[in-house]
Amino acid sequence: MTSSARQFAVEWFSGLGRGTLLCREIFASLCKVKPVWRDVLYQMYFIGVKSQSVVAITGAFTGMVLCAQTYFQFHKIKMDTATLAVVSVGMVSELGPVLTSLMVVGRVGAAIAAELGTMRVTEQIDALRTLAAHPIDYLVVPRFAAMLLVMPLLTAESICVGIAAGFLVGACLLGIDSTYLWYHMIHYTDMNDVGTGMVKTLVFGAIIAVVACDKGLNCPQGAEGVGRATTEAVVYSSIAILISNFFLTLVLNSVLP
Amino acid sequence: MIIEARNVEKSFDGAPVLRGVSFSVEKGEALAVIGISGGGKSVLLKHLVGLLTPDAGEVIVGGIDIACLDERQLLPVRRQFGMLFQGAALFDSLTVEDNIAFVLNRERRFTRQEIDQRVEEVLDVVGLNGTQKKWPAELSGGMRKRVGLARAIIYRPDILLYDEPTTGLDPIAADAIDHLIMRVVQQFKVTSIAVTHDMRSARRIGRRILMLHEGRVYADETPEKLFKSTDPIIHRFVNGISELAGVI
Repeated sequence: MTSSARQFAVEWFSGLGRGTLLCREIFASLCKVKPVWRDVLYQMYFIGVKSQSVVAITGAFTGMVLCAQTYFQFHKIKMDTATLAVVSVGMVSELGPVLTSLMVVGRVGAAIAAELGTMRVTEQIDALRTLAAHPIDYLVVPRFAAMLLVMPLLTAESICVGIAAGFLVGACLLGIDSTYLWYHMIHYTDMNDVGTGMVKTLVFGAIIAVVACDKGLNCPQGAEGVGRATTEAVVYSSIAILISNFFLTLVLNSVLP
Repeated sequence: MIIEARNVEKSFDGAPVLRGVSFSVEKGEALAVIGISGGGKSVLLKHLVGLLTPDAGEVIVGGIDIACLDERQLLPVRRQFGMLFQGAALFDSLTVEDNIAFVLNRERRFTRQEIDQRVEEVLDVVGLNGTQKKWPAELSGGMRKRVGLARAIIYRPDILLYDEPTTGLDPIAADAIDHLIMRVVQQFKVTSIAVTHDMRSARRIGRRILMLHEGRVYADETPEKLFKSTDPIIHRFVNGISELAGVI
């Protein structure tokens, strides 16, 4: 094994270990210390309210393009009215959770890693510790809790906007009968798809919060360190989301067939 | 004895910084720690408050070896400390008053009025009353350090730690910080440990001076004795004479 490959493996496993320990500390904190709801609410505002435009635009255009592409294929076999059903199932169980999470990684994960990283290099985290505040209680738990509370809502918003946009494209632009379009969408989308999407979005939210907080709290010194921590938070979170999405799909489809 | 370090050793990436540092501080004492830049002074200070864990040795605070405690067990121990950081380390997302009242706000034992009053009191002590609504970014270096000091004293800790309190300040601002530290020691009767390489500051704020050299305690004297020392290493350091003097 070359030294760079060995270094990559060591970094990967140490990151995984740190993430696991961070999860343990988060759950210990949730069990022992009552979260400060004012901090959680502020984080919900930052993560949720401020991400809405990005998430809505992503959902809308994904729904629209998925509708158009599906129509072009289905039209060949006279299945035009099933178009929105494909959009709906695709958005609810796959595209909604994954694309919303990737957008949140870019907007929120990067911001969390940069904020905590800057706090670390300017000794603000040490100051916090000397003021008898546990960094996990004060910095990580509010972000983690807010992420878990907000991600399902953002995903639901993205899904609804995506389906609505797909419906408009199908009914108004592509001339598909709106009644059948809507009926088939309702008929072929069931609660298991919704459950799959919601479980995925919760897992993705936890991944974003843990990876971003870990990268920020363990940021190397200097401006370059903050930059690297931010980049790594985005890259590692995105990769973890895409990989876990595959396994979650397999597992959830066997649990919720 | 309120703090005791016993044979504290610490290395970073294999490079030893502390090689068996031992000393103790009595209650109410004012200690200055001097030594060259990068000589382990700040590292030593961080060990005293549990921000770093020694590779070997013990750090005893109030009879407890804090090197064995985890982060959550350290919280009540740290409540005895106030610390002024080199760059003040104010929380830049909080205003001056929220920075100062950080501990009181989290403890929720005081009403808003009581907190405001105590913030005003400590800002009076550091001479910055009226800056409550300002953000850290709007303050000068000296003002930030004074706010940092106000944040450290508002909850009346038993021990105050100062990490390079006058570094990066102009002589007037440095003088003001020195006087503030002396005033706080007298007014609040706290134990104080200041790390500095500013000899004028060390002489004024330390009743006892500890000199670190090559990761060990090289001298532990009163300021008078230390500044009159004929030991070449101490003499060169306190008088600021580099090894290049006389060569170039």
